[in-house]
Amino acid sequence: MFYAKKNWALWWNWALWGIVGGVPAAFLGVFFFFPLWTILERTFSASEIADVWSRNLDVLWFTAWQAAVSCVLTIAAAFPMAYVLGRYRFKGRNLVRAMLLVPFVLPTVVVSAAMLSVFDRFGVEDSLRHTLWAVLLAHVFFNFAIVARTLGSYWSHLGHAQEEAARTLGAGAWRIFFRITLPRLAPALLGVASIVYLFCFTSFGVILILGGPRRATLDTEIWRYAIGRLEFSTAAALVVLQLLAVLAIVALNSWLTSRRVLPEQLRMDTSRRPETRRQRWAVRGTLAWAGVLLGLPLVVLVERSFGTGGDGYSLASYRALASSGSTGRLLFVKPVEALLNSLAFAGVATGIAVIVGVLVALAVAYSRGYSRGIASGAIDTAMLLPLGTSAVAVGLGLLLALDSPPLDFRDSPWIIPVAHALVGVPFVLRGVAPVLSAIPKQVRESAKLLGASQFRLWRDIDIPLAKRSILSAAGFAFAVSLGEFGASEFLVRPDRPTVPVVIFQLLGRPGDLAYGQALALSVILMAVITAVVVAVEYLREGTLRTSYDI
Amino acid sequence: MKKLPFLFCAIAAVLLAAGCSSDSGSQESVATSQDAVPSTQLDAAPSTQAVAPTTEAAVAGTKVRLLTHDSFSLSEGVLEAFEAETGIDVEVVEGADTGTVVSQIILTKDNPVADVVFGVDNTFLQRTLDEGIFVPYESPALASVLPELTTGLDGQVTPIDYGDVCVNYWKDEVGENPPESMDDLTDEQFRGKFVTQNPETSSPGLAFMLATIARYGEDGWEDYWQRLRDNDVAVTSGWTEAYYTEFTAGGGERPIVTSYASSPVAEVIYGDPRPDEPPTGIIEDTCFRQVEYAGILKGTDNLAGSQMLIDFMLSDAFQEDIPLNMFVFPASSTATLPADFVEHAVIPETPLSLPAERIAQMRNQWTDRWVEIVLR
Repeated sequence: MFYAKKNWALWWNWALWGIVGGVPAAFLGVFFFFPLWTILERTFSASEIADVWSRNLDVLWFTAWQAAVSCVLTIAAAFPMAYVLGRYRFKGRNLVRAMLLVPFVLPTVVVSAAMLSVFDRFGVEDSLRHTLWAVLLAHVFFNFAIVARTLGSYWSHLGHAQEEAARTLGAGAWRIFFRITLPRLAPALLGVASIVYLFCFTSFGVILILGGPRRATLDTEIWRYAIGRLEFSTAAALVVLQLLAVLAIVALNSWLTSRRVLPEQLRMDTSRRPETRRQRWAVRGTLAWAGVLLGLPLVVLVERSFGTGGDGYSLASYRALASSGSTGRLLFVKPVEALLNSLAFAGVATGIAVIVGVLVALAVAYSRGYSRGIASGAIDTAMLLPLGTSAVAVGLGLLLALDSPPLDFRDSPWIIPVAHALVGVPFVLRGVAPVLSAIPKQVRESAKLLGASQFRLWRDIDIPLAKRSILSAAGFAFAVSLGEFGASEFLVRPDRPTVPVVIFQLLGRPGDLAYGQALALSVILMAVITAVVVAVEYLREGTLRTSYDI
Repeated sequence: MKKLPFLFCAIAAVLLAAGCSSDSGSQESVATSQDAVPSTQLDAAPSTQAVAPTTEAAVAGTKVRLLTHDSFSLSEGVLEAFEAETGIDVEVVEGADTGTVVSQIILTKDNPVADVVFGVDNTFLQRTLDEGIFVPYESPALASVLPELTTGLDGQVTPIDYGDVCVNYWKDEVGENPPESMDDLTDEQFRGKFVTQNPETSSPGLAFMLATIARYGEDGWEDYWQRLRDNDVAVTSGWTEAYYTEFTAGGGERPIVTSYASSPVAEVIYGDPRPDEPPTGIIEDTCFRQVEYAGILKGTDNLAGSQMLIDFMLSDAFQEDIPLNMFVFPASSTATLPADFVEHAVIPETPLSLPAERIAQMRNQWTDRWVEIVLR
């Protein structure tokens, strides 16, 4: 009896780990590698690869360095916000965290127009239009939240003891920061840096619109060859080049990250109320800085949505939105319907991204021994690849690869949240893995010794500790899906238009009303993402408070 | 859930087959019920006479997938009327822009994503014809299509609508003498006033480049663009940025933009408040004709239904719905234009055009040259 029970438990344990490793691997295999392989197999020809590569070295170089500069600038700009969100508890913190996601859901073309008009008001439009500065600024704008939210939520898990001990021993503020705090943050910092880098590496709309027609990244070139010129083999050669570059960058990043993992005294939430005058001013100053950087273009956007038609302000655009739809004055679908489609897709995409991302993070955190470490490292690296791969290649690949049973998904509405989830997973992974990896081994080992099952360890130790990071990452997955960029545009969609699709349709038409409605819908999208994320964070706040610290 | 319809069809097919083999009476009842023949006629028809299986009866209950670009739009009820009449379920499958849709149908030609594609235009046409992806079909409704749209098509695709890409100007901002010709755009008077799009990334941008080639010939167009560049032409990547950022309409500083012949009509219809006259005008001399086609994709398993959908797309019901939804003109001469179009739309009498074969042959070389002249 006893042996039988033990065997069963062992078997169960193996099955659990099989699921942890197998589900993410299968997800990525079916929805990323297989499609990518299929499209490359159809279009790639080895004969011209040397020629294509040598002609595009300058494009690769520009792509790589502008991403590096954008990444460094974003981290510098958003670091104070990460500090404030991670260390301080203040009124409206959840609202601030939620509003940071707004840039994610807005179409690039809308934001770019708003930015240009901000430049205009400061009288610098002519000197910024179609320049690298405009591109860098936009990258900071779009990626600010990744650094602020992800790093902030990791920071909020760190205890104060080490810093306080150093202070007691007489160390100065800067010394404490560079010698203690920064190394403690390193795993999370490297994690977000990789995401920001890849986002800027595959920058598309920002480059075309703000960078102007003279600038090109590998992503814009792949799109230009595949879609504009129908020269598929050239595009395929560039996809391979892009893949190799991204693989090198991600592998380097994963290696750096793995060397930086330190066991931490993780807490549920160590943020405190700002007590001294200096602390209060740090919070206010940071909020003001973010308000100027992120808020100004958004304020202009909101203002414009009320300002179409005549000189004064009016609700005309919103009224037009409410009345359109069945009467067919402008829109094919009712905005409410599109909003519901968007929310449904985003919900499913978030669910997939959280499940897959948390599983990989668990695999990485629990991996021990050489071979297991390699395996989990490989999954960890692979999960980031979709972020750095041309959306054209992934989208067309999905279309080509999943066209027959048993993988007949291309006509299915499910394929859209799946494509969104491919982009959402890295956020969950990079947000959650540092937290799980920092949990000291003794904690789990003692629980095991006391008879806790593997499942119980996950349920009672890992997930509660990582909850804040999971929520933060889920917010990104939701926002990414709501904004719908990436591969899904290249998929064919059974007729279920989402809000961004409707906004693009409106922006494709002349006339005040069309433009006004597009802006009004963008503002509604801003409000929706803020409301949803705030609601989720407040709902979860209760469970966070009652959970116990370890 | 997904398997249910399949199961249902399978059962229906078995039942139908059984009906066929056992006695003709049951077949008749199936056919008549699907035809939804009014009961008075049913009563009048002798019950012994077999009803000839019409095309409608054969396609009722089948599905036709229609792949379109993201500018596709129709009033509510138009497609539904077709579905009610024929019993065909039309599933609209939306792609991205025209270029993306074209690459989709070329890459998926072994196993197409749809039965019918709508939106391939004359700048992409030849490339799709070269790929041999269409099932030829000559709709009886072609008889009413403007003859200049059908020449040289060999029934491969069916023209559904056409529109012109023209240079637009904001009337109040171009001064006393608005530009009247392509040449005027290089005039000192309009220095720094014109914004157009990159032909490599924008469909109207490409059309305008082709217009200059059609106007000045393959020898002269490069010189024209050099002069445009000298006159400080601005270039954006897409139409939306040009129209809503650089052009007067979006608060920009350039009053001349590459857009569509129908843009002034849209400015009236979507004006807020609605103006009596369009605030913009077009330069007829710059107009390049774009024709959009529909075609049946090889590999379709519903040829009859696809053909009926093409016929329907040429019917007045569909054709008359096109202008206000997609801001292009119906290909059929029997369709009546909406009042706003009659009043405000200008259809250029002699728009510029180039043969589709020549476009397919030279397109990438021309855009390469364009980039060298205008952007480098």
